[in-house]
Formats: sequence, C-alpha cells, structure tokens
Amino acid sequence: MSSNRSKPHGLLAEFHTAADIFEAAMRCRDAGFTKWDVYTPFPIHGMDEAMGLRKSPVGWFTFCGGFTGFFTGMTMIWYMNKFDYPLVVGGKPLFTPLFAFPVSYEMTILLSAFGTLFGMFFLNQLPKFYNPLFKNERFKKSTDDRFFICIEATDPKFGTDATRTFLTEKCHAAVVELVED
Amino acid sequence: MASPGKSAAVKAPEPPAELVREPLVLNNRSLGWITNAIAGVCEKPMPIWWWPAFIVSVGGMLTMFSLIAYLVSTGVGVWGLNHPAAWAWDITNFVFWIGIGHAGTLISAVLFLLRQKWRTSVNRAAEAMTIFAVACAGIFPVFHTGRVWFALLPGYLFPAPNANEIWPQFRSPLLWDVFAVSTYGTVSLLFWYVGLIPDLATLRDRSKGLMRRFFYGLFSLGWTGSNRHWSNYEKAYLLLAGLSTPLVLSVHSIVSFDFAVSVVPGWHTTIFPPYFVAGAIFSGFGMVLTLLIPLRSLFKLEDVITLRHVELMCKVLLATGSIVGYAYGMEFFIAWYGGSPYELYAFKNRAFGPYWWSYWAMISCNVISPHFFWFKKLRTSVLFVWIVSIFVNIGMWFERFVIIVTSLHRDYLPSSWGYFTPSWVDVMTFVGSFGLFMTLFLLFIRFLPVIAISEVKGVTPQADPHHPLGGAKGHH
Repeated sequence: MSSNRSKPHGLLAEFHTAADIFEAAMRCRDAGFTKWDVYTPFPIHGMDEAMGLRKSPVGWFTFCGGFTGFFTGMTMIWYMNKFDYPLVVGGKPLFTPLFAFPVSYEMTILLSAFGTLFGMFFLNQLPKFYNPLFKNERFKKSTDDRFFICIEATDPKFGTDATRTFLTEKCHAAVVELVED
Repeated sequence: MASPGKSAAVKAPEPPAELVREPLVLNNRSLGWITNAIAGVCEKPMPIWWWPAFIVSVGGMLTMFSLIAYLVSTGVGVWGLNHPAAWAWDITNFVFWIGIGHAGTLISAVLFLLRQKWRTSVNRAAEAMTIFAVACAGIFPVFHTGRVWFALLPGYLFPAPNANEIWPQFRSPLLWDVFAVSTYGTVSLLFWYVGLIPDLATLRDRSKGLMRRFFYGLFSLGWTGSNRHWSNYEKAYLLLAGLSTPLVLSVHSIVSFDFAVSVVPGWHTTIFPPYFVAGAIFSGFGMVLTLLIPLRSLFKLEDVITLRHVELMCKVLLATGSIVGYAYGMEFFIAWYGGSPYELYAFKNRAFGPYWWSYWAMISCNVISPHFFWFKKLRTSVLFVWIVSIFVNIGMWFERFVIIVTSLHRDYLPSSWGYFTPSWVDVMTFVGSFGLFMTLFLLFIRFLPVIAISEVKGVTPQADPHHPLGGAKGHH
C-alpha cells in the first residue's frame, strides 16, 4: 500500500475500446512524451505508427544467426570430412558444398530461429519478473479486454496533475490511477 | 464488452451481401468472452471423460516404453524386420509421425505468410500436435539402431569423433535427416512457445492457485502486452514464420532423400520430395481434424473453431489428396516410361504382389476418400469429416508401409526375396506411440490454452480501431 516514501512510477490510464486507445496514443505521441507505453491484449494494427515507434530491429539478430549457422555448417563438414580425417566413401569427393548444403541449410534455419527468439528477448528486456504495473489490480485486464497507457514519472514532460488532466480530458481515459514504484 | 454505447450510435455503410465474409468468431462474441471461453478450458477441472482417456493413453505410453526397454535389452530381433526388409514398421512409423507434424507448421507459418486469418483458431493445437508427433517420430529411428548407445554416442549421429577418431560422414542423407528432424523439432518448439507467451500472461493474470500463478508467471517471462514489446514480438513472429516455411518444405524433402538417394527400385525417383511434402500436409491435416472436431464440441468452442474452419481444412485435404493421387499415378507412368524392368516390376509388385492389400488400402483411403469433399454438404457434416479424417490417417500410414516394405522385400536378386511380417512387439510399440501422443495432447488441454487467445482477438472486428465494433466513430 502507499506510504509517503514511495515514489510514483507513472500514471496508468484505462481505455475500453481499440479506437479509444488508438486515438489516445496519437495524442500522447503528439504531446511529446517519450517514456510511455501502450498495453493491449493483442497487437493493434497501426499502433507502431500511432506511437511513433521505429521499425523493429529483430531482423538483424535473425540475419546474424543465419549467417553464423550457414558458415558453421559448411566449415564443420569441411573440417570433419576433408581436413581432419579424410575418408573416401563411395568414391564421392571429400568435400563439396553440394552434399554439405542440406545440413548447412538446416543449421542456418536453426541459428536464425535462436537469433530471432533471443534477439526479441534482448530488445524487450525479457524475462523481467518485477514490474510496478503488476501491483495494479486493474492492469490484470490488460491481457483480457482492456487497454492501457502508462506515462512514466521519469518522462521530462511528466507532472502528476497536468498529466492526469491530459489523460482524462484530452485522451478521454475511462480511469486514471497513480502507480507506485 | 467493448463499449456498446459508443458503437451503437454509429451506422457503417453495409457492404453488399455477397461480399460479406463469414466472421471468424461467430455470434459477435466480445473480447472478454474469448478470454473466458478459451482460458476456461484449462482453468476448470477437466470433464469426466478426460480421466479414462488419460489413463488409457498413459497405459499405451508405458507399454511403448516397456517394449523399447525389451528391445534394447534383447536386440532388434524382437521386431519382425530382417533381410531383405531391414526397414519396416520402424521407419514407416517414423515417416508417418513426422508427416503428421507437418500440418502444424503449415498452419502456423505458411498460412500466416499467406494472411489466412482463419489459422488463428487452429494453429495452437496444430503446433502442439506437431511437437508431440515429432517426439513420437524421433523414437523409432533412434531405437531401430538396436544398440542405441552406439547411435547416441559421438561418431554416428552427432558431429563428434568416434573411438577411432572418425567423424560422421556427411554424404549420407541419413545424417542430413538427423539435422533436419532435430532442427524441425527445435524450431517448432520455439515458434510454439513464442506464440504462447502472451496467452501464458493471460492465464497468469487470471489464475488463483499459487502453483499455477508461479508457473504461468515464470513461463510468461513478465509479459505485459506493451506495444513496444508487441512491435518486436510481431517482427520475431513474422521472421519465425518465414524461417519455418522453407524448413517445413525441406524436412520432408530430406526424409524422402533417405529413400530417393538410394538405388532401390521404387525408391530411386525424383518425384519423391514434392510427393512426400504433399503427403505430409495431407496426413497432418487429417490428424488436425481428427483431434479438433471432438475438441471443439467437447469444450463448446464451436464459435471459435467454426464450421467454416472445418470446411477450409477439408479443402486442403482435397487439394493435397489430389496431389498425392497424381503422384501415385505418375510413379506408375514413369516406371513404365523409364523402361527399367526392375522399376516396372517394383510397381507391378506393389499393386498385385503379395502386399496388394496394403496398396489398395492406401489407394482407397488416400485417393478416393478426399474426393467426397467436392460436396459442400459432406464438408460441413462434422461426423462425416471426422470419419474421413481417420481414413486419411490410416491411408497415409499404409502409404509409407507400401513405399518401404514392398520396395525392399523384392529388389534386384530374386534369390534374396522375402516377406515381412510384424511381430507383436512391432505392433504394440506402434500402438503405444499413440499413447505417448495422446498423453501429451491431453496434458496440453489440461494446462495450456488450446486456442491462441491473443491471436483470435486480433482478428475480431473489436480489435480494429477503424471498425465501428472497435469503437470507431464514423468517418474513416
């Protein structure tokens, strides 16, 4: 429960429809907030533009994973079958990229997938088991059928009363509550 | 409910009736209803039928594991295979299970890239089915080696030198297969888990019990539904779908190389990769229907897995079944046209030799049965669809049996011809693998959301900020 020493984490505004939160997000973006986020039970189409987010860089992690996978596969097969212990089997060449391709291809996909997954975790800073928002009972509905915006107290434009007024009057939030850190 | 007051005030222009698509979630259900209906399945105690089903399945699973222990302690001789049929039920079962696995990835990845929104209602269960089928598939090739510790020790399957410092040799398609299947299992699991994260968060936020809160909390990784997270998440999901699509096509192609790269008549054909992939999708959709038709009615999920979903899957069966039928015909044509007497004999022997019954079982299940689905009346009769889906499963098992056993039992040298008969251990190990599959599937129903909650919500009109039901106020 709240005590005098606890710091505010931010203001949590609740919305009831996808259209409401979509408009509110555009208003927050235009008002120039930087430390804020939208919380929805499913990804809303067009929300990245409404929030003014840049394109997700996950693809770079995928690429690095895939690149590593392909060359690991090729190098591994070359090293094992041609360099370290050359052994003629069925009169076939000791190494060609042709027979090494299926395995290298699978390695490409395997490491791309790991790159994608861990890249996404890294960018999202997951797992993160403590989050001040979890203390709010209403916020449990963010994975059900409610939509939330949280403007954090560390935002330079944040002022408890001014931001509360902004969220209720400009953004038409249904409920606005203070969340403590 | 998504603010009924606001949406009632708006009158959107009605599109002409013939352009209106049937909604993916029937009866205009709210977002909250979707959460309750799907999360409710694994939150409430399981219905009474679940327990006998679970006990029987666990019994089957234990039978399989005891028979594997018997096999390992005694030798592969407990199975009926021998020369000339050194591959028989074991590899048949392997290809059968791995084929079933293909529908999951097809639904989750290929249909995602093709923007087929109906996939959202069926992808979770289909992906679960994939992972469990791959688990069943993996058992057979590992244990058909007999002295399994040699197969698992370095130098045979895994890229590490054996006792004589010799490395595995990568010219063999069998080794390609090891990489393909293990990559497939791993990537399918990752894809499934990524899809589960938001739904595990939903369950975490709803659950009351300490254990459930802990485990759902642990595996949902602190997911909040933040849009900054969704942005990376959706990109990662798209990339995983993009990676899984070539993967799913490559896996069964590589499985078919196990046969096609050899010189055995009946195996050495270039049609194998596409033919195997089509067959895999056909059998996988058969199994999806076998599982989901009872599931949707037992858990009252007909508004989410609608008749339209069943119908669309029947169309996939019809399309892939036709490809499979074409491949059967083309194999015969090429056997004749190719002019090799051995090849021609292999195919004559399939249809009219000692295993004629398995060939005609395959033809009637795979070539004839999907063609009932030309008729809408039959596609929309769930009981009929369910029965046909079981015939598809049976037919696809026979297809692999036909390919493997009828090709091996009579090849070039008539003096080494033989006839394969399965032993009781063969039969019960295969039956037991269904026990393992069903045990895993029943546990999945018990603990995880059987439908992707957040994805289904995402395709409802309520999720669209520009739709009246999403709260949009006219002019857009």
